[in-house]
Amino acid sequence: MSETYLELKNLVKDFVDGRGETVRAVDDISLKIRRGDFVTLLGPSGCGKTTTLRMIAGFEQATSGTIELEGRDISATPPYRRNMPMVFQSYALFPHMTIFNNIAYGLKLKNVSREQILNDVTETCRMVNLDGVEKRYPGELSGGQQQRVALARALVLKPEIILFDEPLSNLDAKLRIQTRTEIKRVQQAMGVTALYVTHDQSEALSLSDSIVIMNHGKIAQSGSPEEVYNNPASPFVSDFIGNANFLDAIHAGTEGEVIRASISGEIIEIPKNRCAAGIQEGDTMRVAIKPEMIRVDREESPFPAEVDVTAFVGPMTEYKIRFPLSGELSDRIVTAIQSNKEGRTHVYHAGERVFLHLDGAYMRAYSA
Amino acid sequence: MSTRAQKRTILQEPMVVAVIIIMFLLLGLFILYPIFAVLRLSLSQQGSFSVEVYRELFNRPRYLRSITNSVLLGAVVATIATFVGFIFAYAIYRGGIKGRRFFQAMAILPIISPPFMFALSVILLFGRNGLITARLLGLDTSGLYGLPGLILVQTVNLFPVAYLTLSGILQNIDPDLETGAMNLGASRFTVFRTITVPLAMPGILASWLVVFVTSMTDFGNPIMIGGQFDVLSVQAYLEFTGMGNLPRGAALAVLLLIPTVLVYFLQRAIMRRGSYATVTGKSSRRGRPDVGPGMRAALTTFCLAVTGLVLLFYGTIIFGSFVRLWGVNWTLTLDHFSYSWDVGFATLRNTVLLALIATPLTALMGMVIAFLTMRKHFFGREALSLLSLLSYAIPGTAIGIGYVLAFNVAPFRWSGTAFILVTAYIFRNVPIAVESGIAALKQISAEIEESSTNLGATSAQTFRQVTLPLIKPAFFAGATFTFVRSMTAISAIIFIVSARWNHVTVLILAQTEILRLGAASVLSTILIIVIMAFIYLIMKLTGLKRDQIFSNAS
Repeated sequence: MSETYLELKNLVKDFVDGRGETVRAVDDISLKIRRGDFVTLLGPSGCGKTTTLRMIAGFEQATSGTIELEGRDISATPPYRRNMPMVFQSYALFPHMTIFNNIAYGLKLKNVSREQILNDVTETCRMVNLDGVEKRYPGELSGGQQQRVALARALVLKPEIILFDEPLSNLDAKLRIQTRTEIKRVQQAMGVTALYVTHDQSEALSLSDSIVIMNHGKIAQSGSPEEVYNNPASPFVSDFIGNANFLDAIHAGTEGEVIRASISGEIIEIPKNRCAAGIQEGDTMRVAIKPEMIRVDREESPFPAEVDVTAFVGPMTEYKIRFPLSGELSDRIVTAIQSNKEGRTHVYHAGERVFLHLDGAYMRAYSA
Repeated sequence: MSTRAQKRTILQEPMVVAVIIIMFLLLGLFILYPIFAVLRLSLSQQGSFSVEVYRELFNRPRYLRSITNSVLLGAVVATIATFVGFIFAYAIYRGGIKGRRFFQAMAILPIISPPFMFALSVILLFGRNGLITARLLGLDTSGLYGLPGLILVQTVNLFPVAYLTLSGILQNIDPDLETGAMNLGASRFTVFRTITVPLAMPGILASWLVVFVTSMTDFGNPIMIGGQFDVLSVQAYLEFTGMGNLPRGAALAVLLLIPTVLVYFLQRAIMRRGSYATVTGKSSRRGRPDVGPGMRAALTTFCLAVTGLVLLFYGTIIFGSFVRLWGVNWTLTLDHFSYSWDVGFATLRNTVLLALIATPLTALMGMVIAFLTMRKHFFGREALSLLSLLSYAIPGTAIGIGYVLAFNVAPFRWSGTAFILVTAYIFRNVPIAVESGIAALKQISAEIEESSTNLGATSAQTFRQVTLPLIKPAFFAGATFTFVRSMTAISAIIFIVSARWNHVTVLILAQTEILRLGAASVLSTILIIVIMAFIYLIMKLTGLKRDQIFSNAS
């Protein structure tokens, strides 16, 4: 299972924009994808993730660098010979063909026999719960069904890898979660390698064996969902994947395995392994803490704050809180999420005085 | 999105490269080379470079006058026709007038008519022996020849062009903009003045320019009823064919060519920059503010008047087909039909035959070029697009003279053949097919074709199995238009017809010149019937709507 299936080596892609200036969309990306893994390229729009995917599919030619499939450079292979079916964001179903013919399209191009096509298409339809719509046209199907046709069209070719380009972004929230599970189930059942592009971190976290976070054309961090979530390597990753709050702090000396950070004049101890390297005593730092790691309470702490906006969303309540209350930064807002498990339904209302309970064990410190 | 790397990918498909090269060669040979031949002849004397021909032209009042006349005619007709077209479009798409479908059909009718049919009508109605001038009013006039007659016939002929451009633009203006303005306190007229007209302005300018050029380069109407009013297209023809002064004819064609090419680029720039009519996201089909009953009545009256004029012209031609000797002997007869059969049957058959050959070839070529320029990255993509659309901008007179000069000598000795006529049809009309192909492809996400490629199809397979079926309406629209324009062509065709391969429009012109107005009427009527039958057949066979066919006509 650990063999490398697809490898990107120093991949670069330059575009010339409308004014004739060169824009580097993908900036020296190197990546190994193991056979059978579900790998996600995650990042904000314009980070180069879709361009990377399109280079792998062969729709864009890399400016430099290589793409290797099982050790073989495929840069010169035309897109129609790469055998890497892609599920498009718009689904890209052929509107003038029936669902059957849409799914059979790739098989027909491979000169597969008529019986075999009938057999494969029927089987694939069953796998993605599409039986009964084979004779209809894409325009007659719901968004969720169209999405499954797009998936079936890729699956029917029994590929070794499937590419996904934000396949769920045209579905409503509920269907998105349902289809997400479906994709994961089918991918596992078939043991197919999957490369998935998205800007939605919950999609990436829930689907992936490995997440590659991209920013400005570069890889910001890659690792398992737990790794990137719990140990974000940079403020960008902290923010992008955990929606972290950033607090200003000052390095107030080291003590054994912890660093003393001064936040609003109060000392918090942060484990050394949660601090970026190279920060010296006296340096200003940015300390990241995730909303769900801040406890909001009436019980006193050294960090008084004031509720600004309360949003009750069922399983939890999200607070926008003014903190710190004094000093020149008194208009800063932090976000805190409080779980409502075990029937805890008490909410604090706008204007209410509360206290933040911050634990250095859940913080990450970066140099400012 | 055009890096060298992307252009390299095209080399993976030799088939695509071959098709691109063939397209360039064909367009170069049948569009650029003839124009080059015209320029070369007009700029040389005894084998060396000289501007003597032009100096001579500018020193003679007669030619100077034809330049100013052409521009004057173009400007007046463009203004009136754009106004009429705008009112028509506004009445139909904004005014909520009754009988929309009827008026829509009437507004398109003149487009499918032979170019000089209305001129023939004007001779019959307002000529020396005209039904109205001589018979009803008892006037002894020289008839409505010259500028007034030309303005009348060209306006009726060309307002549909303005109508088609503007109806597209007016439909694209989000009704919420007008409702919103009214909601903010604007009166109906203020809304019209501050919202509707400014948003339609790019379309108004574009349609003015198109009509200007079409009027200026028109040949059929001026040669019939121009009278003493000399224009460039007719002068070029008379010099080239009548006087045998080839360099001077070529130079006059060049003088016609320069403004049309300039205007073409200006018009494209305006249409490209001014497409803000559609910026708002979701197209809403909510109701538009009503124009009010008074305005609606005025709009209806206007449309009825114009429609009445169009129908009067048609009726006159049909009536003229049965009158023994117009203006002299008003008894009805079928003689003109048997005479027309004798002189015209072979010509009509050949005209239809050649148009039918050219039609599918033009449409296919248009779709291929649209596909290549919209979906493929290669060196010279812009050039191919421009080249394929260029013959829009070239006056028929210049093309006609160019074909005579270019294809009269080895290695391209094709004059007098059916082949040369077919190529003229194809390359005169390929821009329309390309435009409608491009418009269709813009509606289709490139991802659909990419997914075909991704599933293993080559470019040729994708084009045949995905692209072509999806843009089928554009294919048939391009085909229909090519047929109509081939059947009604005259300005280029008149230079390259031969005794063996004549064109029915040239025959009609000849019959008019020998005052066989009855036969000219019969042939015009038959021509229109053939065209209508073809359009009807296409609509029946493909399920295409009339609006789909004509939406790219402008």
